[in-house]
Amino acid sequence: MQLHEFLTPADQVAQRTGPGNRIVLSSRVRLARNVSGFAFPGWAKKADRQRACDLLCEAVGRQPEMQGAFTASLDSLSAMDKQILVERHLISREHAAKGAGSALLLSRDESLCVMVNEEDHLRMQALLPGFQLPEVWRAIDRLDTGLEQSLEYVFSRELGYLTACPTNVGTGIRVSAMLHLPALVLDEQITQIIQAVNKLGLAVRGLYGEGTEALGNVFQVSNQMTLGESEAEIVERLSKVVAQVIEHEDNARARLLEKESKVVFNHIGRAYGILANAHSVSSKEAINLLSLLRLGIDLGTLPGTPRALVDELSILTQPAHLQANHSDKLTAEQRDIRRADMLRHALRDVRRPIVPPPPAPPLDKPPAP
Amino acid sequence: MLCQKKEARVHLTDVKEGKVKKVDLCEDCAKAKNIEDPAGFALADLLLGLGASEELTSGATEGSPLVCPHCGFTQADFKKTGRLGCPACYETFKDGLLGMLKTMHKGNRHCGKVPRGLALGREVQERIQGLQRSLEQAVATEDYEQAARLRDEIKALKENPGAVMAG
Repeated sequence: MQLHEFLTPADQVAQRTGPGNRIVLSSRVRLARNVSGFAFPGWAKKADRQRACDLLCEAVGRQPEMQGAFTASLDSLSAMDKQILVERHLISREHAAKGAGSALLLSRDESLCVMVNEEDHLRMQALLPGFQLPEVWRAIDRLDTGLEQSLEYVFSRELGYLTACPTNVGTGIRVSAMLHLPALVLDEQITQIIQAVNKLGLAVRGLYGEGTEALGNVFQVSNQMTLGESEAEIVERLSKVVAQVIEHEDNARARLLEKESKVVFNHIGRAYGILANAHSVSSKEAINLLSLLRLGIDLGTLPGTPRALVDELSILTQPAHLQANHSDKLTAEQRDIRRADMLRHALRDVRRPIVPPPPAPPLDKPPAP
Repeated sequence: MLCQKKEARVHLTDVKEGKVKKVDLCEDCAKAKNIEDPAGFALADLLLGLGASEELTSGATEGSPLVCPHCGFTQADFKKTGRLGCPACYETFKDGLLGMLKTMHKGNRHCGKVPRGLALGREVQERIQGLQRSLEQAVATEDYEQAARLRDEIKALKENPGAVMAG
């Protein structure tokens, strides 16, 4: 089966919801595991890497959660397919650069993805929409326990699961939440927040993980330390910090509406103006403006417009997704034009933003009895 | 940002003890600083904090660089890649690694998930040892009926540890 036949269309992906997904776009846990008898993928000889890859793919494919999964060797995927997987946050950019001897397995519901021979023999992740870190940990823990039956992991009583990079040794876990924080950025509090989160030993990264920019006001908060703390403790600690960041974002939204509503409505109005009318829009500009439109929906300035529309467009305006809808190879300039065409078309029935009557209604909270 | 002319495309972030150091460079400046070429730059320092690549040497004796007997991985390879070669490297470079792990992590000992096979192994082992002590005692007191029962239990436990423990 081809990747485009397997992947859920963007409009349906955007319909997936989870608790608190107004601010927490997604929750993710990944585990790094290695099996005995092989060097780490970056150092293993080609033949050994291929042998490990076959063994691992077979074991992962046999797990009940992976029935009906999409399985592919990285050399069988086109550059565009790989980029689409990166844009969907299903594989890392590092994995996309791999070829023969590396593979990926993606579960039917796309909530579980296993990268084979990335930096470690196995990098498995569970991904769910919204704020549900304990749930993603349970999901990946189950898959990992299932795999233990047939694979011999390299494990030391002292240092835990051994990994290619010493930064992952121990639990091999990275727990992360993807947060949409436009008000903290507009209110210029974001640097302070990032520093405070860093002080707690947690990392804040951009949209596509390590070493990337925070496009579209999206920030990824994750643990850095993996040794000396249990998985459950890490999940709990991160959950607490994320809950606090959500509270700060909510407070910033309320403050901006109260004290600087003109600034906020100006940003939202301009974002709408460009997205609904421009004839050339770069992907970076699209992501940043769609973020403001999303804020506009959250603040009630675009009544009747579902958040899912913005989320769908945030997926579809990325370069590989845009290219995938066109048979001919587009240049960057042509893509910007097609992107603008698509945005104008998608927003044709969206009325221009209104100024909601103050005070703004409480967000996502049930009405008081 | 070094030249302040072109758009920064290479972003380095170094977090150490809660302090964030950020460097943004354009591609030309990054090249000039050899950052694009991991072989010329100690990627280990980049990934694991400054000085990490040197720390690994602390286990080596003067003049004889450490080489992993299992996979041939060396100190220099670690400095280049910031990664280890194989699981046995953890033993080979242990002395240098322990110091590094201490600065990188919350603790120096794993406390978290243990593969079920291993966890069970220890439990079963302890139980077998306990039963063996009882067996010796039973033999010493000439309680052969009890000894036979214990012998069978130990045998079953050794043959199929999972089933007995689960039962």
